[in-house]
Amino acid sequence: MAGWPILSLTTFLPLVGAAFILMIRGEPDVVIRNSRNVALWTTLVTFLLSLFIWINFDPTTAAFQMVEKADWIPAFKISYHMGVDGISMLFVILSTFLMPLCILASWDSIKVHVKEYMVAFLILETMMVGMFCALDFLAFYMFFEGVLIPMFVIIGIWGGPRRVYSAFKFFLYTLLGSVLMLLAILVIYFITGTTDIPTALAAKISPSLQFWLWLAFFASFAVKVPMWPVHTWLPDAHVEAPTAGSVILAGVLLKMGGYGFLRFSIPMLPEASAYFTPLIYTLGVIAIIYTSLVALAQEDMKKLIAYSSVAHMGYVTIGMFTLTMQGVQGSIIQMLSHGVVSAALFLIVGVVYDRLHSRDIARYGGLVNNMPKYAVVFMVMMLASVGLPGTSGFVGEFLVIIGTFQANTWVAFLTASGVVLGCTYMLWLYRRVIFGKLIHDDARAMPDLSLREILVFAPLIVVVLWMGVYPSSFLNVTSASVANLIHNYQTALAESGAMVLAGR
Amino acid sequence: MEVAAIFLPLLAAFIAGLFGRWIGDRGAQIVTCGALILSAAISVFLFIDVGLHGHNRVIELFTFIASGTFEVSWALRFDSLTVVMLIVVTVVSAAVHVYSVGYMAHDHHKPRFMAYLSLFTFFMLMLVTANNFVQLFFGWEGVGLCSYLLIGFWYEKPSACSAAMKAFIVNRVGDFGFALGIAAVFVLFGSVDFATVFAKAPSLAGQSFTFLSWQADALTVTCLLLFMGAMGKSAQLGLHTWLPDAMEGPTPVSALIHAATMVTAGVFMVARLSPMFEYAPIALGVVTVVGAATALIAGTIGMTQFDIKRVIAYSTMSQLGYMFFACGVSAYGAGIFHLLTHGFFKALLFLGAGSVIHAMSDEQDMRNMGGIWKLIPFTYGVMWVGSLALAGIPIFAGFYSKDAILEAAFASGTELGAFAFWVGVGAALLTAFYSWRLLFLTFHGKPRANERVMAHVHESPLVMTIPLGVLALGSIFAGMLFAPILIGEHRGDFWQGSLVVLGNHDSIEAAHHGLPAWIEHQPLIAGLSGIFIAFLCYVMIPDLPGKFVRLFRPLHNFFLRKWYFDELYDAMLVKPALVLGRGLWKTGDGAIIDGFGPDGVAARTRAAAARAASLESGYVFHYAFAMVIGLVVIITWFFVRG
Repeated sequence: MAGWPILSLTTFLPLVGAAFILMIRGEPDVVIRNSRNVALWTTLVTFLLSLFIWINFDPTTAAFQMVEKADWIPAFKISYHMGVDGISMLFVILSTFLMPLCILASWDSIKVHVKEYMVAFLILETMMVGMFCALDFLAFYMFFEGVLIPMFVIIGIWGGPRRVYSAFKFFLYTLLGSVLMLLAILVIYFITGTTDIPTALAAKISPSLQFWLWLAFFASFAVKVPMWPVHTWLPDAHVEAPTAGSVILAGVLLKMGGYGFLRFSIPMLPEASAYFTPLIYTLGVIAIIYTSLVALAQEDMKKLIAYSSVAHMGYVTIGMFTLTMQGVQGSIIQMLSHGVVSAALFLIVGVVYDRLHSRDIARYGGLVNNMPKYAVVFMVMMLASVGLPGTSGFVGEFLVIIGTFQANTWVAFLTASGVVLGCTYMLWLYRRVIFGKLIHDDARAMPDLSLREILVFAPLIVVVLWMGVYPSSFLNVTSASVANLIHNYQTALAESGAMVLAGR
Repeated sequence: MEVAAIFLPLLAAFIAGLFGRWIGDRGAQIVTCGALILSAAISVFLFIDVGLHGHNRVIELFTFIASGTFEVSWALRFDSLTVVMLIVVTVVSAAVHVYSVGYMAHDHHKPRFMAYLSLFTFFMLMLVTANNFVQLFFGWEGVGLCSYLLIGFWYEKPSACSAAMKAFIVNRVGDFGFALGIAAVFVLFGSVDFATVFAKAPSLAGQSFTFLSWQADALTVTCLLLFMGAMGKSAQLGLHTWLPDAMEGPTPVSALIHAATMVTAGVFMVARLSPMFEYAPIALGVVTVVGAATALIAGTIGMTQFDIKRVIAYSTMSQLGYMFFACGVSAYGAGIFHLLTHGFFKALLFLGAGSVIHAMSDEQDMRNMGGIWKLIPFTYGVMWVGSLALAGIPIFAGFYSKDAILEAAFASGTELGAFAFWVGVGAALLTAFYSWRLLFLTFHGKPRANERVMAHVHESPLVMTIPLGVLALGSIFAGMLFAPILIGEHRGDFWQGSLVVLGNHDSIEAAHHGLPAWIEHQPLIAGLSGIFIAFLCYVMIPDLPGKFVRLFRPLHNFFLRKWYFDELYDAMLVKPALVLGRGLWKTGDGAIIDGFGPDGVAARTRAAAARAASLESGYVFHYAFAMVIGLVVIITWFFVRG
């Protein structure tokens, strides 16, 4: 496998599948059936292919691996450059892992424009995988922004009744941030003379410029994460998006912000990162407490889970800016875990939404009586969401608390309060939906999980428990890169500290 | 084999839980009971091998979390403290499993129930065999989960659902402290392995670190954070409100989880961490005061309750208080000894109460009982045994352990120890009083139930009475059997360093050197007086309690309403959180952020766009437009700087 351009293959294979789907002609029924099948097989093969990335991955080095490099626009020193390291590799796997599940979850629930829907998802996959693999700013920016287009289309066409408002909000937020990031990228291009990311990471940027560049990147990443107070697009986008759209939104798109901080802000702008750490802590703590309280008041299942996402991402941002081994690794694990768990939770809402077309918590209740399998799946994911030891949620949350305690006990104290609040809204949700008596006749008539739905949830449960009991498989992958990240950060800070001292 | 003892219950839980539909009710019961009896047998062997022959061992399984210097393994630690816990957990659990076969005979979800019980046992075993703080936390949260599932077992009852949630959330408050405590341990010791931490603890005595905004003694803060977890799990004052409500669960659950095992995890934790607590005298003081206060306050509430299970629940809380103040005065051995005897007699009392409830057609209010002792003589007998043990009457198990605790408290020679002693003696009086109040109200006097219920009163089947018999034997003999081993002259040979007591803290040793006779007899006098007062009030002069209540109406209400803890928390925490959540959502997110942010901007943009052009209304256009504007701005900026 070694000589193959495996990253490019994984990135662009979905586009090939999309092209196939576009070529399908014939009776509407046949077109729909074939598009589904092609999409499923493409995403499955892509996932299997991406597993080779993991197999080939060498966890002992922090360098970029499986690198592919070719001249693209030599005049501007822009190249096509792909590669993964311990920070990005697992996100690639996460994206390819969730994709087949999304296709399966949309199997019956999407009835109109099926062909276009599948094409949009396959394009989305290319963009996401490309984003995590890109090592050139131009390609990165194209993928980063490109993700928005299929997502926008998915919400706009297959979304709920208020999709226009949501899509608009989604755009307004992300657009503002992206423009500022583009600005920052151009500045870096003018400084380093290249769009090559590894080169830029090694460049020394003056602290005063770092300040502005950091803010520009922050504007983009904070919206994506999303951090308080630029999170209000998320609940609306989730509520209106179709189930699979929510899955990708929560599972992968939210990770782009966190990934951005780790890939660019911290290594490239260490002084500014150190300077702004208190800001991140403050916003993170507010996110955890504020959105947990807001989640408590929600009547809409998807909104509740969306708010819980904001709270969980609060852990992520706090953890990575502690710049401790435990904090950063914890935040990566938390991102992966949240990617799986929140995806599963949105799928769980999707199951009952498909049956009753309501997300209103009060419309349900007592589902354990007629849907016991569903209740079990929901229970596992709820527990993972509240961070019960033995599930994936615990490892990330706990490592973040350990890391934070070393950095600042106040932040650790406030962060840990999320442990209490987080379990409150999730248990309350579960109690209202699953426990109690079956009072609504239409809810009583709902059938339990179908075989297709069980196939969707089984891999998610396996991963949640695997990450919870033996997280080493994941921690090993990230450790060398994270250690390197922290080492470089501290070296940079020490140097600049020395310079300040010398200047006195 | 040691591994089998721990993982058999997990395996059984899996089989009963996932394949209950195929193997049927009977299959699930056989698998889970069989696994537990096997596990109990291995535990007895381990007690002999590890405890009596001193073959301590740690079995490493595989890596759990490794991040930088933070390294944690899944490992099973077998030392003297662990094997004592193993005996309590597996024997009581096996008894409860068998008992449940009879008790839950009319339930429709038998496999699920058995699976939960076995899963609980697995987590409890992981907890007591933990070799590091994180695995301890794993077991800790795991038993909490099972407790949640079992309290809410009858999920159609709203009260059961609420009680389950309350238990989980209140425990989480404690776990919040526990998690921070583990983080503090890691920062201080650079490890979360018991062996490393304990070895290093003496060198950290007296060191301080910055916690929140204060400079504080490092070990004290750490121990108090960890103790917060113990307070939640063991229902100590402040975090106790979940335990009485937890009685919503089926009675076998109350016996296993909320009396014999899970709630004692906090005591186990303090004993396990004795090498740390010994160097944090202030933390020990807090443990003593909290324990003593809980012992007394729970007693005052227990005195006034009418639900048979709630009375026993408050009695459990009170007894946990004893165990804690034993640990607080460094008599860890006595605390664990009481944990052991209490495990037997309290499980017996609960299962006995279950047998009563079973006989009375699910009646739990003692005001509707009475006059049934001839109808269910075996149950009546074991309830007497349990009560005698609980009240600390000689030869019964509780006598040895409770006396040891009180004597150690007095002998510790500190003011807090003396305080704990007198409070403990007071609580002993209350204990005896409410126990006999329960016996008299339930079994004696005229029948107060209706005829239909009375006609149906029957002794429980063998599958329920045999476990009762086993526990009754434990309640009688566990005291005299284990006293020489656990708290006798040669207790050091048994504990072998699994409990650490500093020389000048050794209150058990001090108690061995003799106490004034009038002190030694205090607990027994208190117990007998309690029984006598109960006899007076409920047999001799039955209208006496009513007169007392009328005379001390406000005080009685205060006790009856459980010192208004629930009301206080509801008003101070629950309601504000809900109001705040709603307010932040509608005002914070809705009016302020969206109002000034996207919605406001959107309104402006729409107005501007309408004026600017009528080209296209697609948002992609806006997007491209803004990108272009952005580019222009940047390039201009560079030229200007340039």
